[in-house]
Amino acid sequence: MEKMNINSPDNSIPVELAGQVFITPVDQIYNWSRRNSIWPMFFGLACCAIEMIVTAASRYDISRFGSEVMRPSPRQADLMIISGTVTKKMVPQIVRLYNQMAEPKYVMAMGACASGGGPFKEGYSVVSGIDRYLPVDIYVPGCPPTPQALLNGLISLQKKIDKQMLKNAPWYKKGAIQEIPVPVLGPDLMDQRMYEKIKEHASQQARESEQDQSASSEVAA
Amino acid sequence: MSEQTTAATDPLIADYEGKIQRDNRTGFDGYVVPVELLISFVNRLKNERGYDYLSSITSVDYEQDGYFEVVYHLYRILGGESMTLKVRTGRETPQVPSLYHIFPGADLQEREVWDLMGIKFEGHPDLRRVLLWEGFYGHPLQKDWKEPYFEEEIKPFKSRWPEGEPSYAEDKNPFADNVQYPADFDPTKWRESSESRLYSSLQQAGASILESDESDKIIINLGPQHPSTHGVFRMVANIEGERIVGLKPAFGYLHRNHEKIGERNTFIQNIPFTDRLDYICSMSNNLGYVQAVEMLMGLQPPERAEYIRVIMAELTRVINHVFWIGFLLNDLGAFFTPSLYALEERELILDVFEEVSGSRMMCNYMRFGGVVRDISPEVLEKIRILVNDRLPRKLEDFERYLTNSEIIRARCEGIGILTQEEAIAYSASGPVLRASGVPYDIRRAEPYSIYDRFDFNVAYATHGDVYDRYLVRVQEVKESIKILKQAINDIPEGPYLAGKSQYQVRVPAGEAYGRIESPKGELGFYIVSNGKPNPWRYHVRAPSFINLTGLEKMCLGEKVADVVVILGSIDIVLGEVDR
Repeated sequence: MEKMNINSPDNSIPVELAGQVFITPVDQIYNWSRRNSIWPMFFGLACCAIEMIVTAASRYDISRFGSEVMRPSPRQADLMIISGTVTKKMVPQIVRLYNQMAEPKYVMAMGACASGGGPFKEGYSVVSGIDRYLPVDIYVPGCPPTPQALLNGLISLQKKIDKQMLKNAPWYKKGAIQEIPVPVLGPDLMDQRMYEKIKEHASQQARESEQDQSASSEVAA
Repeated sequence: MSEQTTAATDPLIADYEGKIQRDNRTGFDGYVVPVELLISFVNRLKNERGYDYLSSITSVDYEQDGYFEVVYHLYRILGGESMTLKVRTGRETPQVPSLYHIFPGADLQEREVWDLMGIKFEGHPDLRRVLLWEGFYGHPLQKDWKEPYFEEEIKPFKSRWPEGEPSYAEDKNPFADNVQYPADFDPTKWRESSESRLYSSLQQAGASILESDESDKIIINLGPQHPSTHGVFRMVANIEGERIVGLKPAFGYLHRNHEKIGERNTFIQNIPFTDRLDYICSMSNNLGYVQAVEMLMGLQPPERAEYIRVIMAELTRVINHVFWIGFLLNDLGAFFTPSLYALEERELILDVFEEVSGSRMMCNYMRFGGVVRDISPEVLEKIRILVNDRLPRKLEDFERYLTNSEIIRARCEGIGILTQEEAIAYSASGPVLRASGVPYDIRRAEPYSIYDRFDFNVAYATHGDVYDRYLVRVQEVKESIKILKQAINDIPEGPYLAGKSQYQVRVPAGEAYGRIESPKGELGFYIVSNGKPNPWRYHVRAPSFINLTGLEKMCLGEKVADVVVILGSIDIVLGEVDR
């Protein structure tokens, strides 16, 4: 049998099947079905979550875009909408939930806080943007974004999905996708990838304070 | 403080032979009590003078004078003005006796003061950090504590564009924090202790209830990612079979540092931050904050502004309660369909908000001395149609479908009971308090704004269960509509802002505790000013946070499925719980 190139079909449809069978590149049909059934995770963080709920309600009706099925379990969700301020105490849970999601998975940073800290950026227990830990696909601006803005973000994500190809999809590549190490709550939030730096920082601080003390004792003497 | 209260407390104060002094700094009020006399004085105030409701505990760091001050606001549940007590303790080893055994409502508030200010409460049975985690470095509300991205003490900061180039705080501070690590700190050897302390405190609480029972107990976690906890709230329950034998709430998953940020901000910069406290009722939060600052400034808003404020605050109450009814049904298992009906009404009111303020949710509408812009006759007409026709009709629908529904009565009646005495002791407020048979509504007990002009009833019920909390809220919506009708009819023409609108307001030195009846309960703002453009202390007495003190009591002995409903019935918003 001849090897068929499934992405560019040149074989003709038998007359009796015309009108019932369509021939399309597999990427297109695969993406078409994926883009119209993006199931978000039922996961609210802060103020933006209220606008997310409203987007799902009758006035804005997210089901027009196939995303009305909000799943509380990360295993069944395709899209994680980070809807609100990410605090240091919450980051470990968010990263863990992200790790539990099955590929292909997408992250949307909804609102100013999730995108970059927003009005609370200067706070001591706020992470300035979830993109410090997770790869973000779509940023939706606003504080909070209106439902229209969220829908726009969703449509942008659909366009992004349209452009993906099976051939180079990362989740079909060889080798398991690395999990993101879950940060730890220490004297501050500690990213496991930064441990060396933290250690260095701590010892440097210790040295500095020693120098300060010796300097002040000299002054006293 | 009124003449009468001063006269009434005088003999009691005289017993202490001058050891209890009036706070005689200008602009300050209340009594300064020595640490060792606090317990006996509070006991006598409660038993002999009837101050039976502990509204708020907070603390102020007077760095320049070298002491912390713990501030208590006590009220009588029968109504009237406050009794403010202050206790001073040195900055080196700050320690104050706990009021936990007199007012159990002090529990979470004292833990918060310990967490953020670092003041130890002697005799508190479970003094753990509440908003942050064990092991967090330092106590952030102390004035010499510097947060990540610290730039300057106060805003407005000097230009971030020194030579036409933007400069980012991240670049100055590549670690994104000013954290002081202990010497030779090794992150790989770090063991966190929050969880184990939480579980051990749960075990202790559970053991006292069912000592004799030998069956196995299981600890389950609800949240922080859980569809029915209304946000990132977490409960740890100790269950025996289906029954709850112990339950501890765990907070802080949305702690956004309102108070620290608020103390760097100028007064007016705080208004948009109050929007984000209880993000369903931004208008009420605005009202509470501007009112507290107006108390300090001695500013009286013009008539029209007062009416606009009342209209907005009451519309907010309608939104909140209708939204709550929808989500109570969610918690009962009728997933999302009832909420759709609730959200429909909410959208109509949000349209009004968007029209007057420019934003749906975060209105940022009120200013010191009025509101930011006038409302047009078209908006008034819209509100008139809403309150005269649409809302009463829809509320009737809700009542017809829900109030006598067999399922709702079976699931809600007799569940999550909080008795009258418990509700007062746990410092509950708002509908939770009123459903327990205490008709205490600040709009009546200590009228603010122009609420003394309107004819309305204080909704209350007597059983203190989930069903009564539902009834109280339905009744309150009706009363709100009643107030709205009067306000729409009486609203005068005139200016909507006292004086000129300005970016920098002059706030004289002093303290103020402004409180309003927000839809969730008593929303208080405690503000200390030292005459500078920024508040020295900015504290929010959040009703949902303090209402949660009684959560364990309400849940003990109930089934796991009911815990979700009980939590829903308190009506929490995490933005306000964790601030």
